[in-house]
Amino acid sequence: MSDRILGGFGLALAAFYIWAATIIPDSFMSDAIGPRTFPIIIGIVTIICSIVFILKPDVDPHWPNLSQLAELGLAVAVMFAYARFLPEVGFIIATSIATAYLTWRLGSRPLSSVVIGISTAIGIHVVFKLILGLSLAQGPFGF
Amino acid sequence: MDTLSSLADGFAVALTFQNLLLALVGAFLGTLMGALPGLGPANGVAILIPICFSLGLGPTSSLILLTAVYYGCMYGGRISSILLNIPGDEPAMMTCLDGYPMAKQGKAGQALTLSGIASFVGSFFATWGLVLLAPQLVKIALLFGPAEYFVLFTLAFATLGGVSSTNQAKSAFAAMLGLGIAMIGVDTQTGVQRFTFNEAHLFDGIDFLIAIVGLFALSEVLVFLEHHRGGAAAKSGSDVSVGKLLPDWPTLVSTRWTMVRSTLIGFIAGVLPGAGASLGSFLSYSVEKQVVDPNGKTFGKGDPRGVVAPEVGNNAAAGGALVPMLSLGVPGSGTTAVLLAVLLSLNITPGPLLFSNNPDVVWGLIAALFIANFMLLLLNIPMVTLFVRVLMVPTRILMPVVAMISFVGIYSITGSTFDMMLMIGFGVLGWVLRKLDVPLVPVILGILLGNQMEVNLRRAMTISDGDWSVLVGSPLAIGLWVVAIVGFTLPIIMGRRLKSKIEASRPLSEVAEGD
Repeated sequence: MSDRILGGFGLALAAFYIWAATIIPDSFMSDAIGPRTFPIIIGIVTIICSIVFILKPDVDPHWPNLSQLAELGLAVAVMFAYARFLPEVGFIIATSIATAYLTWRLGSRPLSSVVIGISTAIGIHVVFKLILGLSLAQGPFGF
Repeated sequence: MDTLSSLADGFAVALTFQNLLLALVGAFLGTLMGALPGLGPANGVAILIPICFSLGLGPTSSLILLTAVYYGCMYGGRISSILLNIPGDEPAMMTCLDGYPMAKQGKAGQALTLSGIASFVGSFFATWGLVLLAPQLVKIALLFGPAEYFVLFTLAFATLGGVSSTNQAKSAFAAMLGLGIAMIGVDTQTGVQRFTFNEAHLFDGIDFLIAIVGLFALSEVLVFLEHHRGGAAAKSGSDVSVGKLLPDWPTLVSTRWTMVRSTLIGFIAGVLPGAGASLGSFLSYSVEKQVVDPNGKTFGKGDPRGVVAPEVGNNAAAGGALVPMLSLGVPGSGTTAVLLAVLLSLNITPGPLLFSNNPDVVWGLIAALFIANFMLLLLNIPMVTLFVRVLMVPTRILMPVVAMISFVGIYSITGSTFDMMLMIGFGVLGWVLRKLDVPLVPVILGILLGNQMEVNLRRAMTISDGDWSVLVGSPLAIGLWVVAIVGFTLPIIMGRRLKSKIEASRPLSEVAEGD
């Protein structure tokens, strides 16, 4: 069933892709086959693959149950929030919080999660910024 | 002779203080990443690439660091295979079969020493193979026109699923996904926007580094989160006791023919498209078993030859896989695809011209590989206990660190929130694709090679004035088509058998994608 859904998704994606390829504007420069042909070939091959998925699906993979899915969803949300707020709150604070959350969800105890979070942030800061000189996000406090 | 003098020039490049230091750091990090389950060559190299750029390392230095990591992973994977029966990365899977039984018999130290020497032999001769074979392949590649190049890229995608692939439609789907993503951005030939939908972030296209780090490194973090596997690979000192490390000379000598056979098989497996180090070690082990122990009396029960064969095989394949990557610009495995990304983002076009335009890069790299290999031998035999201790770092600490370093890398090169979010998106995509058994390597390769593939097609078409028959217009092109078609259809016929054989020998735990 999962493969059939993938196939259906592939068909929709390919149809959209081919449509988007046909609206690529013309340019004053041109060559023999133009900028649309290759994307359209990609779309057609995707359609063929998708039809194969629908006709001959593999055995279903083991999907996570609802609570595992929520777990993953939350972790992804935390990462998105990390990316969003990193430039505003600075590297150390953002990284401490994100790392603490991830290590807590992977099984660290709450208190040690906080310690692991802070020490990871400081460790990365020391190695990558102070020793290697990379630019990390600077928050209001300069770190 | 020409080759040898080029190699000597290469040593002059490699023997600078900075490059030696980078080779050592790479060898150390590589062994570490190889040993840790969850970090393998492909994602290990992936998270280091952006950091190389932010440090402003030149092409030669970056490549030296990253290929030393690549070689190091091939060494390191065996450590957890032997001690814990958990492969540190995919190519080390076969080493579990005889390595772990040896460890249970109290011969862990011996198995580690033996496999360390085996890794050295495999890498050493494969690097020589690279020295000898790559310039020959370059001569052939110089005959390629745009049409032949287009067919060569098609061949690379057709065979990338490998002979063990069970579902070629999924490999093809993955390749199309990658190619489709590569089309986003300004068309280099005509200057028009394609698939950007007036989103300014997309005008330059999607940076393949973001895709690589997301697909390989972040998806791995998600897999660990899903299974809540946060424990340490090794729990206490008791199950990782190493014992004496000195090589047992009579045993070592008795494996000499195993080494010869496995080097050859591994190297060839590496050079062939679509067969990376995992297949190299699998084939070496299977052939060795057929040759010396057809009745299954000692193999699987701690036979030293069963430890040597896959280790020689995967290291030789790692060297072999560099041949098509450097000489044709077409990688055959996950990690070499990632290494290709390094070259491309440094504006160096791999392929035949690399050898004439940037000989210092190629030969400096090869010389550095020889040097790194000696460093690895030293790191992996006398100092192996150091890495054994690292196995006690629990993944609940390790994986968040991997995630954060991924963010640091991407942020330091682009400084953009959008790009970090894109990376997370690729991480989720990678997780879904892995669930559905869609391989990730063709996606990466598609993103990397898509534009070149299209450029070559359009050049060929412009030359022929729109006549598609130019794609089968030369014997070379026809030959490449034949290989591509055979390579694509063969797995449909025999893939299922081979795959079930590999699966049967695979331990239960998941290992990092890509080799």
